[in-house]
Amino acid sequence: MSTNLALLVVSAVLVGAGVTLILERSLTRILVGFVLAGNGLNALFLVVSGPAGEAPILGLNDGTIADPLPQAMVLTAIVITLGTTAFGLALAYRSWQLTGTDDVQDDLEDDMIRRRALRDEVSSTYEEDANQLPDEDGYDEPAPAPFEDGDQ
Amino acid sequence: MIAFVLLHFIAATVAPALTPRFDRRVYALLALVPAITFIWLVPKVVATFDGENHLESIEWLPGLGLNLDFALNPLSGILALLVTSIGALVLLYCTWYFRPGDTEIWRFSAVLTAFAGSMLGLVLADNIYLLFVFWELTTILSYLLIGHNPERRANRLAAMNALLVTTFGGLAMFVGLIILHAQTGETTLSGIMASPPTGSTLATSAIMLVVVGAISKSALLPFHFWLPGAMAAPTPVSAYLHAAAMVKAGVYLIALLAPVFAETPGWRPLLVALGLGTMILGGLRALRQYDVKLLLAYGTVSQLGFLIAIVGLGTRSAAFAGLAMLCAHALFKSALFLIVGIIDRSVGTRDLRELSGLRSQRPTLFVATVAATASMAGIPPLFGFTAKEAVFAAFLDIGQDLGWNGWATVAVIGVSSGAVLTIAYSARFVWGIFGNKPGVDACRPREFSVLFKAVPVVLAFASIVAGFMGKQLTSAFAVYAEQFPGGAHEPSLSLWHGFTPALGLTAICLVLGIALFVWRRPVAGIQHILVDNLPFPDAERGYQATLRALDRLAIEVTGRTQRGSLPVYLGIVVLTVAAVPGSAMIRAWGVPDVYLGDNWLQLAAATVMIVAAILTVRSRRRLRAVLLVGVTGYGMAILFTAHGAPDLALTQVLIETFLLVTFVLVMRRLPPFFSDRPFNIARWVRVAIGTATGIVVAGFGIVATNARIFEPISKDWPGPAKSYGGGDNIVNVALVDIRAWDTIGELSVLVVAATGIASLIFLITDRSGIQKRPHRVVTPDSNAWLAANLHDHRRSLVFEIVARVIFHAVVLFSIYLMLSGHNSPGGGFAGGLIAGLALMIRYLAGGREELDNAAPIDAGLVLGLGLSVAAFSAIIPSFLGGDVLQSATIDIPIPLLGDLHLVTSVFFDIGVYLVVIGVALDVLRSLGSGIDEQIEAEEEAVNA
Repeated sequence: MSTNLALLVVSAVLVGAGVTLILERSLTRILVGFVLAGNGLNALFLVVSGPAGEAPILGLNDGTIADPLPQAMVLTAIVITLGTTAFGLALAYRSWQLTGTDDVQDDLEDDMIRRRALRDEVSSTYEEDANQLPDEDGYDEPAPAPFEDGDQ
Repeated sequence: MIAFVLLHFIAATVAPALTPRFDRRVYALLALVPAITFIWLVPKVVATFDGENHLESIEWLPGLGLNLDFALNPLSGILALLVTSIGALVLLYCTWYFRPGDTEIWRFSAVLTAFAGSMLGLVLADNIYLLFVFWELTTILSYLLIGHNPERRANRLAAMNALLVTTFGGLAMFVGLIILHAQTGETTLSGIMASPPTGSTLATSAIMLVVVGAISKSALLPFHFWLPGAMAAPTPVSAYLHAAAMVKAGVYLIALLAPVFAETPGWRPLLVALGLGTMILGGLRALRQYDVKLLLAYGTVSQLGFLIAIVGLGTRSAAFAGLAMLCAHALFKSALFLIVGIIDRSVGTRDLRELSGLRSQRPTLFVATVAATASMAGIPPLFGFTAKEAVFAAFLDIGQDLGWNGWATVAVIGVSSGAVLTIAYSARFVWGIFGNKPGVDACRPREFSVLFKAVPVVLAFASIVAGFMGKQLTSAFAVYAEQFPGGAHEPSLSLWHGFTPALGLTAICLVLGIALFVWRRPVAGIQHILVDNLPFPDAERGYQATLRALDRLAIEVTGRTQRGSLPVYLGIVVLTVAAVPGSAMIRAWGVPDVYLGDNWLQLAAATVMIVAAILTVRSRRRLRAVLLVGVTGYGMAILFTAHGAPDLALTQVLIETFLLVTFVLVMRRLPPFFSDRPFNIARWVRVAIGTATGIVVAGFGIVATNARIFEPISKDWPGPAKSYGGGDNIVNVALVDIRAWDTIGELSVLVVAATGIASLIFLITDRSGIQKRPHRVVTPDSNAWLAANLHDHRRSLVFEIVARVIFHAVVLFSIYLMLSGHNSPGGGFAGGLIAGLALMIRYLAGGREELDNAAPIDAGLVLGLGLSVAAFSAIIPSFLGGDVLQSATIDIPIPLLGDLHLVTSVFFDIGVYLVVIGVALDVLRSLGSGIDEQIEAEEEAVNA
């Protein structure tokens, strides 16, 4: 089967542009890139689904119809894009509300793990040997409360 | 049998509900379950001694050999009797052990009952996978019971150790069982035993893996350290799980396999050496304990080693003696633990240096303790004595039975040393609790109900009675032992065999053991010196070091690979897609076969879209980027039209419009420009990755299309679309019929996304509290077309009138589109989107009050209704004898108008329609009305 060059180039450019934007930090750009790449991939579906044809509706055509299976898949993809993009927009708005920008920041927890690795420490949930006997009753003494200002 | 196992789990489920009413008496109620099971079992087990094995089986996944096979044979029967009887007694004992009003009773009672059920299932299971399931269930429930009080770090660690060690063993066993299944093609234990795999290396490794599971569960060297830690559990748990039941699972498994697999190379030396080693180590450690519960725990470790050594020996007399010893141990050890529990509860300490003067104050308990301990030490006339006599006899016979020479002597010396230590720590135990220590004040124990001590007294009494029942027990235990070839002597239980070598051995052990106890101070001194100065490998320290190393490794790996930067992660993902399938693409590359395009429309749209995409990347204004991406979206609609996909084109236009407005609703709040970034290397890297991805995608497209040689599957769709799906529009029939499962998944995604949007904006987790119930707004100004409270300067009369006039027509049209979608372009998605756009127009014209007027209903309700309608229309056909999601055509004759042609999948489409409207409503309420309200609140705050 031969390839439709026009659709192929559209799909390549849209995906390329979309990926470029997805690698940004601004959530709006990421979302725009997401929609762009989604459109590009839908175009790729048209490329691989075969040549154009009549609408796949019985009784409305007499020639060869376009392949209906990829169409059903693309229809699903389009609608999903609506849901996920709207969700991403809500995320962007929330991020702006909290931080004044919609940029995605680096994860603080990950940074803390990295620092632990640099200091050759164990994880925060690792419990060293307790050096005391287990018992069904009683509890560990809680850690002493930190010194507070104003305490005399 | 299956019903009784199930009954335990049902009881465990209802236990929490019963607790508020019965408080700690719930235990007595729950004890009925194992008690009834015990009563049912007794005649069945007696029948197995005459060869009537009771089998039950329910098919579960026969294709995988995974069935609920249960078997009652002489061995599993005796174990089942032990598990149920001691289970019932321990549960009964809990009634007085726990304090009234204890807040953990609901959980503890449920877990303990579930454990009793799992343990019963374990011994009765005949299917290897079922056995594994119960095996792991006991592990998990044991974890919960050990960690009963998680307030102490030591307890948490102990629970975690027990879990990790026994799961490790369980997994090893699982692998072994899978190999056995693969080698024999059998999944029942009886089947595997009937046609065992021949002596290949693989079969031997499989058996050894199963042995690893058994010895980890039974706390043998080098896994012994988890059991003393498990004493963090309440004492009834120690008595039941860690003395009578769960730790016996390993012994049971060895006993079960021994008749066939004892000849496996390495089986006997390994089990006897590890068993006797554990026996001696546990005995030595027991002698050093001050906490009487820990003393018993190490004693249990020692006895488990003893049991594995004898059961693993694999001769007729050893098998017989092992089974007898297993029963004797269960009786005396559970009694002793329960006595420790009473002492602990009434005195408040278990330290033998503080316990004094109890003999005169607790005479009944003293007698019971002496009886049970004497059984443990192997003193006549108790059950422990007759069992240990049989063990000695079996060990003395191995020279003849197995042809061992020098090693036979070593084994006899080993087991005798273990027995000496057992006698010594037994004496230490009785002295520890009831001895009067000089200089220690007599304890003043609290008074408890007489019934509290009834359970241990009954168990101790059983040890005495069983000692005199040698003859009856011999006939019971002999049935299992007869699977082995006859040995030098026929084994039997009796208080008096005559002056046998075994009796001589008992006498010697007794003298030496008492000597060890009498000279306990110098003995302890020597132990201290040896332990402190000799470099013994410590299994527990090795285990801790391994865990720590694992944790460190995880931190290092995570620290190096998980940088927490979204662009880096996505870049790696995208590059992997480009590189890995990309290299496969290059290998498949041929001479490309391309053509320019199908028609001019396609080429024109393509050109515009390419330009728009490049400009989108370059734009620094948010709104411009959004509008340009909209251009590519409408371009897609043209491409769809040119391709012959009217449904896609329609949906694409509707979605694009909706999305564009949604973007704008959010963008109005965000800064107009993207945050300024210097023109740096990172940008070029992004562009490079994007370009590479685009090129690879193009390559995929060429290779995939050129490689296609078969007719598409959908070639055959048109006929069935009409005859089965009852529609002309093949794409829509596919959505609601052929690929309807896919659509159900899609609807779920939409519902989740819409709910997420609302939650993010309104920030309240409880959905019902998110929004005020939408209600109609009555406008004070009766001349207004719309209910808007907008400022006059933001109102547009024309827009308002148009919105009001066309709204109902548009909604009607959307319904028409949904219904007609089966035969012409349209369907639930398109219809729902048009209705959503109609709502959007009302919102844009008149603000949120107008939206509430247009749709005075909660979005969540619409979403839920839609999903339910779709789900019901999917399920109902299966109740009418069809498949899930099957559609049918119904012709309803309507007078004068002719037949109404109705395809049932239209109900599914109605569900789709409602879900899409729900999404639209949620988006408008959240990103529209919700943000409006926040803006107004801010303005008010500024003005005030």
